[in-house]
Amino acid sequence: MNAPLRRAGVVVMILFGLLFVNLNWVQAYKADDYRNSDYNGRVQLAEYKRQRGAIQTRNGKVLATSKATQDELKYLRTYPAGEAYTPVVGYKPVNLAETGIERAEDDYLAGTSDLLFADRIREMFGRESSGGNVILTISARAQETAFNQLRNNNVGAKKGAVVALDPTTGAIQALVSMPSFDPNPLVSHDTKAAQAEYNRLNADPDKPLLNRALSETYPPGSTFKVIDSAAALESDINPDTVLPGGSSYLPPQAGRPIGNAPGVNCPSTLSLERALTISCNTFFSRLCVDKLSAERIKAEAKDFGFEDEDLTVGQLNGEGSQVAASRTGDMLRPDGEQDPALLAQSCIGQSDVRMTPLQGALIAATVANDGLQMRPYLVHQLKGPDLTTVHYTAAPRRERQPISDDTAGQLRQMMESVVRNGTGRRAQISGYTVGGKTGTAENGNGAPDHGWFIGYVLKDGKPISAVCVFLERAGSGGSSEAARIAGRVMAAVIADRGGD
Amino acid sequence: MTAAADVPAPTPAAAGEASRTRPPRTRRNTELALLLAAMAIVAIYLAVVEANVLAAGADEGITVTSDFWMPAAVLTVVFVALHVVVRYRARYADPALLPSVALLNGLGVGYLRRLDLSDTPVAERASLTTFAGAGGRQLAWTLAAVVGAAVLLLVVRDHRVVSRYAYTLGLTGIVLVMLPAILPRRFSEINGAKLWIILPGVGQIQPGEFAKLLLVSFFAYYLVRKREVLSLASRRFLGIDFPRGRDLGPVVAVWALSLMVLVFEKDLGTALLFFGMFVVTLYIATERVSWLIIGVLLFFGGATLAYSLGGTLGGPFANFYQRVQIWQDPFADPNDRGYQLVQSLLGLGTGGLFGAGPGGGEPGIVPLAHSDFVIAGLGEEIGLFGLTALLVVYLLIVERGIRAGLQVRDSFGKLLAGGLSFTLGLQVFVIVGGVSKLIPLTGQTTPFLSAGGSSLMANWLLVAMLLRISDAARRPAGMPAGPLQVGGAPMQLQGAPTEVLR
Repeated sequence: MNAPLRRAGVVVMILFGLLFVNLNWVQAYKADDYRNSDYNGRVQLAEYKRQRGAIQTRNGKVLATSKATQDELKYLRTYPAGEAYTPVVGYKPVNLAETGIERAEDDYLAGTSDLLFADRIREMFGRESSGGNVILTISARAQETAFNQLRNNNVGAKKGAVVALDPTTGAIQALVSMPSFDPNPLVSHDTKAAQAEYNRLNADPDKPLLNRALSETYPPGSTFKVIDSAAALESDINPDTVLPGGSSYLPPQAGRPIGNAPGVNCPSTLSLERALTISCNTFFSRLCVDKLSAERIKAEAKDFGFEDEDLTVGQLNGEGSQVAASRTGDMLRPDGEQDPALLAQSCIGQSDVRMTPLQGALIAATVANDGLQMRPYLVHQLKGPDLTTVHYTAAPRRERQPISDDTAGQLRQMMESVVRNGTGRRAQISGYTVGGKTGTAENGNGAPDHGWFIGYVLKDGKPISAVCVFLERAGSGGSSEAARIAGRVMAAVIADRGGD
Repeated sequence: MTAAADVPAPTPAAAGEASRTRPPRTRRNTELALLLAAMAIVAIYLAVVEANVLAAGADEGITVTSDFWMPAAVLTVVFVALHVVVRYRARYADPALLPSVALLNGLGVGYLRRLDLSDTPVAERASLTTFAGAGGRQLAWTLAAVVGAAVLLLVVRDHRVVSRYAYTLGLTGIVLVMLPAILPRRFSEINGAKLWIILPGVGQIQPGEFAKLLLVSFFAYYLVRKREVLSLASRRFLGIDFPRGRDLGPVVAVWALSLMVLVFEKDLGTALLFFGMFVVTLYIATERVSWLIIGVLLFFGGATLAYSLGGTLGGPFANFYQRVQIWQDPFADPNDRGYQLVQSLLGLGTGGLFGAGPGGGEPGIVPLAHSDFVIAGLGEEIGLFGLTALLVVYLLIVERGIRAGLQVRDSFGKLLAGGLSFTLGLQVFVIVGGVSKLIPLTGQTTPFLSAGGSSLMANWLLVAMLLRISDAARRPAGMPAGPLQVGGAPMQLQGAPTEVLR
């Protein structure tokens, strides 16, 4: 019986040999795949072993930081500045998807970025270190002013957005979406509670999770007339050129005439500057149909940044939150022929024209900055865990130049007339030159109109800030209220800069 | 095979020793030294665990509590006591067996304590008492199991005594196997496997663990009696001797029993274990390769049939079908059905070559980290190298057991030692292969490591039996084996002319 007994021993050895081979496969060959698998919860635990870096404003206001806990997850993300900053900062939850700067700069904040390689080496020698810190371009005063003014608007709008940026650099000074939400419950280590809070926000009919400043587009209404004006000025029309307006205009092939907003008294002929100042719809519809064309308007809008599907705000290298493309629509009949009725509607920012609030701010900024559009960005600097090593500083970048210096000057003249004499009076700031354009956009089916204001503020000809304020379904007086809020935000930027 | 003792003595070992001028080496001191070395390893493991786990909650510095060694000390006392029993009652027993098993058992206790520590709130971790939690329960179970092993060594002075009760043991074994299948679910099912006998409010035992021992004993006895007819009466086909149809009866019966386990208790592992155990003892007894071939064909045939029935009919076969599906691609459904296996593989993979270090990993992420997936949790922390070393310890135990079978002089002892050792090896293969996706996963315990009294107790009894057989094997010829009273039963233990009856 010894021979088969020995063979049984050999069989056991073979079985164990199979185990060894298989364990080598699992623990050596496939180890990296398994270690970094999406289903591996250890990746997350490891992430929470290192203190995540802070997100701050340039003036040092802390927007996001990580506090030590007694949990399995060693650090709890907290957002001391609360909901005002959520559309910018985003949040970094345990199980859910991260958003905003928390998502865009995740590697650097977590400390796994290649930029922080030296810190990782030091960590191997026992020095605990944290992730890197992100310094934003946001002005705390402008951001909070924008948030509070928007939330306490006088027309009872529940939703809206504000974007303010520096026309000379593209640095975003304020970026607000309303309604917002407190991100702290979402990053709770109690993942069930976090999920419940997310579900609650997601089910909220006001959609607080949407970033209305960047990722939603709305009909721009009369603010689009700045694009029309730019197209006109670039084709041998000047601010003083007198063209027909009137109380009503029926474009060729149209079923419904275009009228003016209540209270707008538009004479039968008037200058371009006057038409923009009082926001005469019939003038601009006629201008587009008679003097310009669908192609011209679409090209001009595209020059200003419409149809750009690649824009992100974050760093200037393309990393950051995706910005929805603003659209003009094709302004053609279904059979591809010209459609003057659609063109007439599109030129007053209706029909299929859609714009993000950021795009609105960019239009105003371009006009303020002599026709040069700077690429918008949020990340000013990346600073190492020691807060002295700087790994990145934004170098402002030209994005495009849709209009000449001269055209920009003429547009400024017209837009300053809007604020001085026209619909945008409430944006005025004493001692500063403010230009802008209001917009009231029909929203279809008798819903209250959207209120818009895009504008800029100059001191001694030098641009300080460009702002877009959007009040969703604000109804009557919306654009005027938007102008008032824009004025307050620009004043806050001025105050933050020391009133220069 | 030479003749054994002819003088039954009341205290055989002592008497035998006294009558010899140059006693052969018992290697008991080697055993003690190895045992202490094993306990030192366990103590180091406990220290590293505390250093890693407690460091997670502390601000700085080394954070091993001053009483980290307590579980190791308790285990040392328990195992040294068993060593003393072996020294006096099985003095020629293999010196590597006890320390190897003690090492595994100790690491098991340490590992469970490690899981307790990470389940404890950070502030209370340092004050976790020795007998607290799953680790503490395992420590208590170890005490009970070792007492059981000692009692077995004290009561059974000669392994051949067992053959007297073979039919009783065999019947009890079959009843134990079948009981969970018959009992209603609420008295038998945990985690989808009907393997238990649950006494509400008292606890539960896994009868299969004990049945394994009883059935091997019965098989050994039965096959020793039948080996002649099974190995001689045969028909030659394709150059291989096949047994006669009528001799296939018992094999088919055991095959049917294991398939029943597979289907009604939803447990491939136990089925494979029983069947493999039987086929191998049959093969050892008859020295016929044909039995192995028949056995393998029957098992794979049965499994394939169950699989295809599970795919088409469902019903009682569905569980097996599902397990095979998960095994084929666990990542197809990583959050639900494949979750356990996926997490096990991720744990093993995260450990990599060197592991995260005891206490440095996250074994708690793997479900059932206390029982079925001990190897995944350990593998994450001790890595491929540590796990390989651990498996080598198992292999050592199995091969030492088989060696005892090779050396022992009687057929029953050979079969018993071979069967028990092979079963242990096969069980390790089934569970380690299961958690590492070598074979479909089944709910087996990892011997000596998994939390649970049944498994620990049964496996310590198995080891005690191996110790007893190895003692008989290594005892010099002429030394009395003990007071044998193997009478009454109509026995013909072929190949064992050493039987001394009365």
